[in-house]
Amino acid sequence: MTAHTLCVQQLSAGYGDRLILEGLDLDVLPGRMTAIVGANACGKSTLLRSMSRLLAPRGGQVLLDGKAVHRMAPRKLAQVLGLLPQSPTAPEGITVADLVSRGRHPHHGILSRWSRSDDQAVAAALEATRTADLAERAVDELSGGQRQRVWIAMALAQETDLLLLDEPTTFLDIAHQVEVLDLLTDLNQRRGTTIVMVLHDLNLAARYADHLVAMAAGRLHVSGSPDEVLTAANVRAVFGLDSRIIADPTSGRPMMLPIGRHRMAGA
Amino acid sequence: MIADAVTAGRLRRARYRSRVIWTALALLAAGFAVTLMLGQSFTPPQDVLRVLAGHEVPGVSFTVGQLRLPRAVMAILAGLSFGLGGAAFQIMLRNPLASPDIIGISSGASAAAVFAIVVMGLDGAAVSVFAVLAGLGVAIAIYALSFRGGVAGTRLILVGIGVQAMMQSFISYTLSRAPSWDLQEAIRWLAGSLNGAQLAQAVPVLLSLLVFGGLLVLRTRDLEALRLGDDAASALGTDVGRTRALVVVTAVGLIAVATAVVGPISFVAFLAGPIAARIVGPNGSALLPAALVGAALVLAGDYAGQFLLPGRYPVGVVTGALGAPYLIYLIIRVNRTGGSL
Ligand SMILES: Nc1ncnc2c1ncn2[C@@H]1O[C@H](COP(=O)(O)OP(=O)(O)OP(=O)(O)O)[C@@H](O)[C@H]1O
Ligand SMILES: [Mg+2]
Repeated sequence: MTAHTLCVQQLSAGYGDRLILEGLDLDVLPGRMTAIVGANACGKSTLLRSMSRLLAPRGGQVLLDGKAVHRMAPRKLAQVLGLLPQSPTAPEGITVADLVSRGRHPHHGILSRWSRSDDQAVAAALEATRTADLAERAVDELSGGQRQRVWIAMALAQETDLLLLDEPTTFLDIAHQVEVLDLLTDLNQRRGTTIVMVLHDLNLAARYADHLVAMAAGRLHVSGSPDEVLTAANVRAVFGLDSRIIADPTSGRPMMLPIGRHRMAGA
Repeated sequence: MIADAVTAGRLRRARYRSRVIWTALALLAAGFAVTLMLGQSFTPPQDVLRVLAGHEVPGVSFTVGQLRLPRAVMAILAGLSFGLGGAAFQIMLRNPLASPDIIGISSGASAAAVFAIVVMGLDGAAVSVFAVLAGLGVAIAIYALSFRGGVAGTRLILVGIGVQAMMQSFISYTLSRAPSWDLQEAIRWLAGSLNGAQLAQAVPVLLSLLVFGGLLVLRTRDLEALRLGDDAASALGTDVGRTRALVVVTAVGLIAVATAVVGPISFVAFLAGPIAARIVGPNGSALLPAALVGAALVLAGDYAGQFLLPGRYPVGVVTGALGAPYLIYLIIRVNRTGGSL
């Protein structure tokens, strides 16, 4: 598999005349898993939307294999780079099978016909997300977690080498969160898919990501290995929260324990 | 195997969909045949066929060739145009209320047509061009008026309803200034009518169906992608801005060219999409089926207005009576769900 490079250079982006991102630089590690963390409204979704051509940059650029994504044909880009938006809307009455099949859209021209390999991609996505037995159900009748897995299945069916996911674990119970992250890790290890995901759970982010990116107020605060990034000082700077960092006994990765105002032993 | 189940499901949906489309085509063909044979009097099929083949049949040629045939052809072409254009808007804006005949685009085209005919003395293709430009103008105006850092569905529809009222009063005013006041004409431009339809008028409508309708149907998959929201559609490789522009231009073209001939036949654009969606269910896009439903609505509505109801009514009055209760139902539903549909 070819490892694609995705680089964000001096990116500024925003809505209306409000800039959200200002001069942000980020090199996505090819073939690895990157997690982006940061407080609400710090611009994580805005960054993902700019990286996938949804939002035109005001300054700087996003380069995929050296080419500006905003000048690429949308369909060509979508064959290489997939994005699961933060809160996608399912049309009324659409079935799971139909929604997941839409992931094949970028692989078809106006007149091309559906083929057996499309069915196989859809089936693999349903199987990986354990949604195969929901296939004929209407998406709007599913639970939040089931729905989230169906959307992930759609992104998987797209079979892109790079996959951006905006909070893929929201709505999921803890077992399903771990399952989704394991699934993305499988994808990363077996196919070499480059994964960039926004996560709110710092401990899961530190456990699953090779590369951790912490954002604060539209800027990249710090990035690096989980050991470098998940420190009490950084948590304080990014979230304004006191914490203690210990080694996660199950993974050896750093683990953050928040310190609040109550229920602290010996406080 | 899951892949086999996926294939089976896909084939089942495709079969269901083509069954729906072929059944609709058969019903339309049957309706077309009935309207040619059965009006005030009955014309046997062999006579109808001889007239269609160009023979002169005494006592039949005029009724079939000059009255019934142009009317039936026009009904089908206009219905296809309204059904396609209406459903395209509803799908693109993800809202059944966002149909061109609710948000003033059809009335805008009609106002332009009546102004071109009554005040400027134009006819033929010039009227169509005028209507298309006015329809686009109204579409852009509604968009601009309801744009506030993004277009919210409810605001667009309320603005559209306001524009609709303005266009209707403009039509009434223009008609009242007409040198020869004619009730038939007034009804055509306000509600739509097939009275006095001629085969020559079918040509621009047919061309618009081939060009605009063809472009639109070829883009069904991109249009359907918009239903997932702009972000997801774009992530799937749909050029959202370009798709929207294409849909607006083709759908307005379809609506306006048909309206320039038969007027804004009430609620056909509005009803066709939801009826088609109900029939097709989760088995693919409702776009093409909506065209067939539109044609069936106009054909049946016109026939009912002429022969099945006590008294004679123009088609727009009949379809208007069908559409009004559905509109009320939708508005009640919007209110209950807090305006988001
Ligand atoms: N479509 C939009 N129009 C205008 N402003 C927007 C839009 N989307 C986001 N914003 C603003 O941009 C800022 C950053 O939003 P963004 O969605 O990138 O945050 P985020 O880091 O993803 O937050 P969260 O963790 O809550 O998802 C916020 O202040 C938000 O209000
Ligand atoms: Mg976000």
